[in-house]
Amino acid sequence: MKEECKVIFRTSGDVLTAAITGEVDHHGARRIRAKIDEEVMTERPRGLVLDLSRVSFMDSSGIGLILGRFSKASEMGMSFAVSNPSDGTKKILDLAGMDRIVRIVCGKYRDERGEKAV
Amino acid sequence: MKKKNCINSMRVSLPSFSVNESAARAIVSAFVAQLNPTFDELSDIKCAVSEAVTNSTVHGYRNVIGQITIGVRLFDDRSVRIEVKDKGRGIEDVEVAMQPLFTTDPDGERSGMGFTLIENFMDTLAVKSKPGRGTRVVMKKKLSALPVTR
Repeated sequence: MKEECKVIFRTSGDVLTAAITGEVDHHGARRIRAKIDEEVMTERPRGLVLDLSRVSFMDSSGIGLILGRFSKASEMGMSFAVSNPSDGTKKILDLAGMDRIVRIVCGKYRDERGEKAV
Repeated sequence: MKKKNCINSMRVSLPSFSVNESAARAIVSAFVAQLNPTFDELSDIKCAVSEAVTNSTVHGYRNVIGQITIGVRLFDDRSVRIEVKDKGRGIEDVEVAMQPLFTTDPDGERSGMGFTLIENFMDTLAVKSKPGRGTRVVMKKKLSALPVTR
């Protein structure tokens, strides 16, 4: 059964996490894109994390979604990261060379220096 | 060289509603599943189908709804041939359209990585298009040999 693409928001300190679930294709990405942008405009966080741990499918539309949010975050002077992609999602991110453009973090959003990712 | 034989085939036609992108993936993967592909092979095929169908939805039938025809053929050498066809606006220059990051999308939310992902996930990709007539994408992949059972 198809899993609708949804987004759930969490705020921790001044970091907004958008946890994306379901299938991120062109149809799904279109549904959640505006929701994420709206939440960012309302909350005005210092950092934005897209949590991909519960994404069951992603194609190049997901890349577009990530790049679009990254450029908006950059314009607003916010830090940005993508977290916990599954192996399948990671494969797509790697093929698109996303690791050279955005920060991809795994685990508890902390990088190797023990600092928060965003 | 031994000639390969088609052992099963299917054809389905869907209107270009974006909700049908996932339907197309599900139909093709259910059909290909009879060759017992690995989980990774099936994920690759799903993504390739999604990219081709999304191209028809977003570019072929921009602002209109048209039919997208998907044909799948399975062969006895464990290869799969998938064809995605639309009668939409077509592509002016296929070679340019296939370059990584190329997109004609006006709102800038398309990554332009569709054909690049298909090329990575499938063994071959052929795109034929005529402006005003439509686009046909044919992609092939040979599945790995089944593990020997004792």
